[in-house]
Amino acid sequence: MSIDAHPALPEFDYLKPKTLEEASQFLAEHPGEARPLLGGTDTFVRMRDGLWKDKYLVDVKGLEGMSAISFKLKEGLTIGAAVSMNRVAADANVRKHYPLLVEAIETVASYQLRTRATIVGNICNASPAGDTIGACLLYDGVLNVHGMDGLRREPLASFFQGPGATVLNPGDIVTSIEFPIPPKGTVGKYIKFGRNNRGDLAIVGVTVAGHPDKDKASGYRIRLALASVAPTPLVVDEVENTLSQESITDERLTQAAQAAMEAAKPIDDTRGSARYRKMMARNLSQRALQAVWEQLGK
Amino acid sequence: MALHRISLTLNGELEQVDVPSNWTLLQMLRQTLAVTGTKNGCSSGECGACTVLLNGEPVNSCMVLAVECDGAEVVTVEGLADDGRLAPVQQAIMEAGGVQCGFCTPGVLISAHALLERNPSPTEGEIKDALVGNLCRCTGYFRIIEAVKAAAAIKV
Repeated sequence: MSIDAHPALPEFDYLKPKTLEEASQFLAEHPGEARPLLGGTDTFVRMRDGLWKDKYLVDVKGLEGMSAISFKLKEGLTIGAAVSMNRVAADANVRKHYPLLVEAIETVASYQLRTRATIVGNICNASPAGDTIGACLLYDGVLNVHGMDGLRREPLASFFQGPGATVLNPGDIVTSIEFPIPPKGTVGKYIKFGRNNRGDLAIVGVTVAGHPDKDKASGYRIRLALASVAPTPLVVDEVENTLSQESITDERLTQAAQAAMEAAKPIDDTRGSARYRKMMARNLSQRALQAVWEQLGK
Repeated sequence: MALHRISLTLNGELEQVDVPSNWTLLQMLRQTLAVTGTKNGCSSGECGACTVLLNGEPVNSCMVLAVECDGAEVVTVEGLADDGRLAPVQQAIMEAGGVQCGFCTPGVLISAHALLERNPSPTEGEIKDALVGNLCRCTGYFRIIEAVKAAAAIKV
């Protein structure tokens, strides 16, 4: 071991193609040994651990459409894949219209990590623990994907297939994520439970979003997503059902929290046992639902 | 493995370096450019001992490829003092006694300096949030936080 001990990254070639076509072509021609590179905050960890053994890292950060944030009042928000989490959280339109996303971002790791980390990277890494994924799901995010067949859209709701697994194929590059304008009066809450106050991964994460909705018998649409308690980030439909059918009472909120616990299918891991995670899913869902209910003015 | 010729500005000076694809910014700083103030603590972007400014913003240099820094401006702890005059965070951390072994200190100074650039009058909570990614095993953080408060007062 050298004096300057530094677990080096394994050997790979760094490529920076000039167009999306070039990038998709290269990735499609080297399946299983080439990977797109955004912030690198998951990639470099896994490469040093020997889990990812790619021979090529394809830097896609400079490609068309990847570095912009744009917002139109009637249409919604588009965040380029390469935009850092810090930049997203500082954007005035995001803070005003998508505050739940800002709340989630601010729990991720540290400020200096968020200078490099991206929302799209968080999504494509597809960890069930991804902090920003719940907010992206509840804001009905849609991914723009450039692949060998050109451009297509992938709704976030059907994107995740398992831990680290998504519907993407070799050659696919996510260029941006789009969100529609949230319904009027939307409020939300993200509770991240880690081993410490800040900086850790989520043992359990609960994201709740709600808004007045006269098409629901209860007068409200309230949705809940769980992190770290299933093979994928989990939107619990039963919570929405429970809180849409009848007037919302404290009892109904408790029932909804119970439904969240029942939907959770956690495993034991180094950060917590499955049983503990189930109980925390219930308790933290209770708190988050209560917080949103209060924000809705009740 | 390919070599890439890159140019960057380091603490105000233009540097041209040939780097392998897999080298990190941290490796290039310590091993090629011989600015060893920046330390390696964890090699995984968690401890912040390797924190430097990249285009004005703090990053974990162990998590940035050297080749990604072509055309970039990098500031390390060596670049905080202005012609020998210590930056407020440097002066304040000495006066507050916020240094013991000193290993976390370069990263702390960079993160704290960047905080005061973007938020000249931070609350204690904002200071703590800004330093989440700078771990210290020695001080218990109290005097580091006091130092940042004092530095903010110097600037104001």
